[in-house]
Amino acid sequence: MERYIEAPVSREEIKKLKAGDYVYITGTIYTARDAAHKRMQETLDRGEELPFSLQGNMIYYMGPSPAREGRPIGSAGPTTASRMDKYTPALLDLGLGAMIGKGKRSKAVIDAIVRNGSVYFAAVGGAGAILSKCIHSSEIIAYEDLGTEAVRRLEVKDLPVVVVIDSNGSNLYETAVLEYSRQ
Amino acid sequence: MRHITTKEITRTIKQMCIEANHTLSPDMKSVFETAVKEEASPLGKKILNQLEENLRIAEEDMIPICQDTGMAVVFMKVGQDVHIEGGGLTDAVNQGVREGYTEGFLRKSVVSDPIERVNTKDNTPAVIHYEIVDGDQLEITVAPKGFGSENMSRIFMLKPADGIEGVKDAILTAVKDAGPNACPPMVVGVGIGGTFEKCAFMAKHALTRNLKETSPIPYVRDLEKEMLHKINGLGIGPGGLGGTVTALAVNIETYPTHIAGLPVAVNICCHVNRHVHRVI
Ligand code: SF4
Repeated sequence: MERYIEAPVSREEIKKLKAGDYVYITGTIYTARDAAHKRMQETLDRGEELPFSLQGNMIYYMGPSPAREGRPIGSAGPTTASRMDKYTPALLDLGLGAMIGKGKRSKAVIDAIVRNGSVYFAAVGGAGAILSKCIHSSEIIAYEDLGTEAVRRLEVKDLPVVVVIDSNGSNLYETAVLEYSRQ
Repeated sequence: MRHITTKEITRTIKQMCIEANHTLSPDMKSVFETAVKEEASPLGKKILNQLEENLRIAEEDMIPICQDTGMAVVFMKVGQDVHIEGGGLTDAVNQGVREGYTEGFLRKSVVSDPIERVNTKDNTPAVIHYEIVDGDQLEITVAPKGFGSENMSRIFMLKPADGIEGVKDAILTAVKDAGPNACPPMVVGVGIGGTFEKCAFMAKHALTRNLKETSPIPYVRDLEKEMLHKINGLGIGPGGLGGTVTALAVNIETYPTHIAGLPVAVNICCHVNRHVHRVI
């Protein structure tokens, strides 16, 4: 099913999303990958505030290539989500609404998705040029010294993603593969 | 004796890094066309169409095909009758990578130390494989390698008794474990034989072979075909979201090995299988 949703997103809206849905996201999202997650965890450990509020927000696991002049961003596709698994359950428990990445998630992350009524989307890996066209502005809001790994606030329009793990824990990576397996 | 300047080498490497990250080779484009026709899943087809469109945009608008513009892997065949002038060859290659990644708006993804992890900010150093060959030319292949798929690569030190069935199992295991993480449809490079490091080298080098060509060794050619069929039967599909096109090609290289061993290396590459080839 095709759906259009806004970011940030409400729990009610997330509940309607089912594994396999093709979703276009419009609104404000944040980027963070390995090094930024590590810093966020350290920030939480010190009892300090994160650089952006997690409530209903979406984190895009992405580190762009540099923007050419006159463009908001360079190539901007998803990175492998499992590298963030170690840090993710804590963020979900603090209110993170959704994640956009590619690849499998750990059992602990899936449990935290279900526990909190969140969702995991996949964007198409290796489609960074086409995905960059959906990003209309990009601003570094934290950890600038991390370069491509800094936290960015993005304004996106109709960013195409697929629901892989929905709020019930259904996992498209498992079901779809079975459907086409000849083994 | 032929003289080649380091300046020319630097300039060439720089151009190759930029080209590789914006344009795939014609054989890659052609297997994409076949893949779109063959994919049975509607979502899979949609993704393959997006990837084709992505290639078009990358080339026309000069946006890298993927934001992970890779660690630069350089294969350099140096003719023994070449004399290199104007400085060190390795420095010249790294300078080319530095200029290519900086001036070409490519992502700097290299850290100076695997544990301390400080970004070198210019994507150097490259991983350079030199080979001394006959002749008076420099044959260069630049293959920027993304790590989503690199991380899913494996080496298996099999026993001779495991035989060809063991090799098939090893390849399927690596691809199955890689699944959606390696940005399928993948290109699968395989090395069989040699020593531990030779085997891994062959797997990497196999990725740079034209996908329309097959191995000159009959049983290896059959194995490439059989493995492609088997991998596409795993159901992983484009983006790992289910489908009948999981790999675009399986390229295998072999080498003599020891009586006691049967090494198998599987270097997984995503559909952004970048390699540019030049001769100076
Ligand atoms: S695995 Fe390949 S396509 Fe996927 S993000 Fe890395 S370089 Fe890009």
